[in-house]
Amino acid sequence: MSRYTSITPADLDAMLETIGVPSIEALFERQIPEGVRLRRPLELPDGRPEQDVFAHLRELARKNVSAEDELSFLGAGMYDHYVPALIDMLMERSEFLTPYTPYQPEISQGGLQVMFEYQTAISELTALGVANASVYEGPSAVAAAGYLAKLHNGGRRFVVSAGLHPHSIETLRTQAHGYGMEVVEVPLREGVTDPDAWAAAIDGECSAAIFAQPNFYGAVEDAAALSGAAKDAGDPVVIAQVDPITLGILAPPGECGVDVAVGEGQPLGNRLDFGGPSFGFFAAREEYLRRMPGRIAGETTDVDGRRGFVLTLQTREQHIRREKATSNICTAQALNALGGVVYLTWLGRRGIVELGELLLARTHYARETLCALEGVEPLHTQPVIREFALRLDADVAEVKRRCAAQGVNPGVDLERITGREEDRGGLLVAITEQRSRADIDRLAEVLGAAVGAGERRSAGEPAVVA
Amino acid sequence: MSSTTTSELPLQRERARTIFEKGAPGRRAFVCPERDVPQVSGEALPERFRRRDPPRLPEVSEPEIVRHYVGLSKRNFDLDSGFYPLGSCTMKHNPRLHERVAALPGHARLHPLQDPERAQGALELMWNLQQALAEISGLPHVSLQPSAGSHGELAGVLLTRAYHEARGEHRHKVLAPDTSHGTNPATVTMAGLEVVKVATNPDGGVDLDDLRAKADADVACLMLTNPNTLGLFDPNIEEIAQIVHGVGATLYYDGANLNAVMGLSRPGDMGFDIVHFNLHKSFTQPHGGGGPGSGPIAVSDRIAPFLPRPLVARKDDGVFDLDFGRAGSESKSIGRLRGFQGNYGCFVRSYAYICSLGGDGLRDASEAAVLNANYLLARLQEQDIGEYLPLAYGELCLHEFVLSGGPMKKQLGIKTLDLAKRLLDFGFHPPTVYFPLLVEEALMVEPTETETRETLDAFAAAIAEILREAADEGPEIAQNAPYTTPVRRLDEVGAAKNPVIRQAF
Repeated sequence: MSRYTSITPADLDAMLETIGVPSIEALFERQIPEGVRLRRPLELPDGRPEQDVFAHLRELARKNVSAEDELSFLGAGMYDHYVPALIDMLMERSEFLTPYTPYQPEISQGGLQVMFEYQTAISELTALGVANASVYEGPSAVAAAGYLAKLHNGGRRFVVSAGLHPHSIETLRTQAHGYGMEVVEVPLREGVTDPDAWAAAIDGECSAAIFAQPNFYGAVEDAAALSGAAKDAGDPVVIAQVDPITLGILAPPGECGVDVAVGEGQPLGNRLDFGGPSFGFFAAREEYLRRMPGRIAGETTDVDGRRGFVLTLQTREQHIRREKATSNICTAQALNALGGVVYLTWLGRRGIVELGELLLARTHYARETLCALEGVEPLHTQPVIREFALRLDADVAEVKRRCAAQGVNPGVDLERITGREEDRGGLLVAITEQRSRADIDRLAEVLGAAVGAGERRSAGEPAVVA
Repeated sequence: MSSTTTSELPLQRERARTIFEKGAPGRRAFVCPERDVPQVSGEALPERFRRRDPPRLPEVSEPEIVRHYVGLSKRNFDLDSGFYPLGSCTMKHNPRLHERVAALPGHARLHPLQDPERAQGALELMWNLQQALAEISGLPHVSLQPSAGSHGELAGVLLTRAYHEARGEHRHKVLAPDTSHGTNPATVTMAGLEVVKVATNPDGGVDLDDLRAKADADVACLMLTNPNTLGLFDPNIEEIAQIVHGVGATLYYDGANLNAVMGLSRPGDMGFDIVHFNLHKSFTQPHGGGGPGSGPIAVSDRIAPFLPRPLVARKDDGVFDLDFGRAGSESKSIGRLRGFQGNYGCFVRSYAYICSLGGDGLRDASEAAVLNANYLLARLQEQDIGEYLPLAYGELCLHEFVLSGGPMKKQLGIKTLDLAKRLLDFGFHPPTVYFPLLVEEALMVEPTETETRETLDAFAAAIAEILREAADEGPEIAQNAPYTTPVRRLDEVGAAKNPVIRQAF
């Protein structure tokens, strides 16, 4: 008997008799050709009792240096925000954790209503009319938005700001190559999308114009100007990848001329989990509703007139439309989206503004404090909210090693992520509400010593690109 | 069960109110940490970039949030509460050990851009999982990146495309049986290729003549599920592989049904070049009401150069690293499919599962899944059931089987949908209905290995009772079901006609 099964020898005898076969092996012999049977045991370690498996997984966890173990300023897409305890409790409830996608709405009203509330929250946050029930995560959400634009207007190219997260650009390229769409990158100027190059790159054949807000380097873009310029130069779908935690204080995409807003939902009540699972959010102007990917919950009534919720507009989806579907997505990130809507509810209407103001103030304090250090200067001087880019007059990898020895992780080595030569010496520093003024002062102390201790950066070997 | 009563049950009396309709101005749960730094000047964030009106999020206290969402949870059916034989979804038990280990801070609070030398445990875990999936599939190279099965399929089709392009060939057709999952054709279109349907033969397998007729030099790949969505293992799989490889195309394995054959038969040995796994099916990542999932892929040597990056690598000194494949050598990789390294939290759970079961345990799990399916099939083919719900194809099955509700509809006047809705009153989640499309009034049943014989018997008894009820008391009972659920049948047509997809204020 295997773990988690319950077939006793007596069960087995009775079941085989009912089926009318002499053995389990006979079930396979009669159905699987001998030529493709595996006639040896799988070469895997033997099964182990629960406590041994726990010990093994705990041992592996101990080999990681997590945000629990060091003072971390890592960001670049995922952030160490505080996850309130009630989210753990709700996400672990069997009723949310263990059902499948709600194909039977009568017994899935809880999950469907959560989706409906989540869609409302995302729609409010982005100031866009409609939102779906989640997509996988941030970068693939950008690619999904690009596919919507392709279906919408059949244009020939995507114009993307170099301020978009490098993973988003790469994911978009991977998928765009499949359906033959060109991807053109517009450079930054002084930390934000170069407005002249942006306008010049967009024409009548541009399917989508895509930027990030704030951008990958932490800079707040002039979103309204970028959207306006895009619409003046052509008729692309304007897509923004937005950081949801900034939207308490930052003008929302829907008020900046953006057509589709997508992004990484992890900052909203989801754990870091070494990169996933989290959720991607996807919101759009109402005119794009029937081209949206993924599940959408809608309100309706039952035969007795009670309010209820169902998966709706399913004629967009793969299980109905097959090759004509607007997307192939099936399983998305429902449980993580639950974490997202509970987090937004927990923050509430005032909290999301207060948290945004706190991040803004601490981030500015951190930028000023760090830029006062010898050998540290800002990579750009644009407004920032929760993340900013520095240029160190030292080898970043070496600086990071010195800081690590002091229990501090000062941020992300920019060149390792972007592969851009102009990012050499770049450090991306993220601030969350879990990093206090004292923590920032500690970072300044350790970073200052680490930059000052080393040789000045030379134009030698390029860093290893990641 | 006095099922046709119209008096409301407690859960039905509760009118659904969203969190946006609760609370009151000024209520809150969040207490903001102290602002311990100087106030910023207005220039820090110029007025024109600022939001004028805050988003209308709820204003509620923590106790209200807990009541609300716990209340909603009670309006959900779930696997921990009862039998969930949803075909092709592999609703097997979700061990709680997995939640405990995934929540360890060393896993849960690990940042995805932590330096590899400081994330050795995570990389080791991913490496071990890759090795295990390679062994289970019989295909040596694994990428854990895709986020779900359909994402793995997209990876697979893009890999196929890249493979042919590297050989200077531009093949634009992908073959898929008419029984295939909807994600297969949808994926093909997204990858810019064209899907061509292959017919099913009278035994439920691929029609070899039709396959031969359609397999030509324009075909990039054949996408197949084996066992297929009828729960049948294609006995001609070796010949199918020969035909497909014979025209230079690749063979793609949709791993949704892998739970039938772990340790018993391997896609790689069947001739497949690319396979995706659903960690949220065979490897018991909880489904979460619609995700998260995880859809790693395993591929043969000839496809390996095109895999998405980064891959986990183990260096000679035993240190683990992420291989981005860019340093110097010209990469053939199709590129990224998403951010970071994939759904690591799912890897932790599925790896724990593989550690718990071991190689023999995985084989035992598949054997038990197939035993349970055949037992339930036999029970449902007994007198009083089988005549109304005959098996659509074959005599035995692997991990799932498909019944036809055609005779039931003709003789008793109730459709598969009615049977499904009536099952809700008996406390069971219904099987998958109306799929695959080629079976009239299809019911696709997958019990999984983790159910007891008593549960399977109870389910068979419920089906028998519903059919008896329809025969003796008339079809209306099932036609108007369910009666005991928080809401009864819902107007889906109206919902789609006038979509209301957010709370109005």
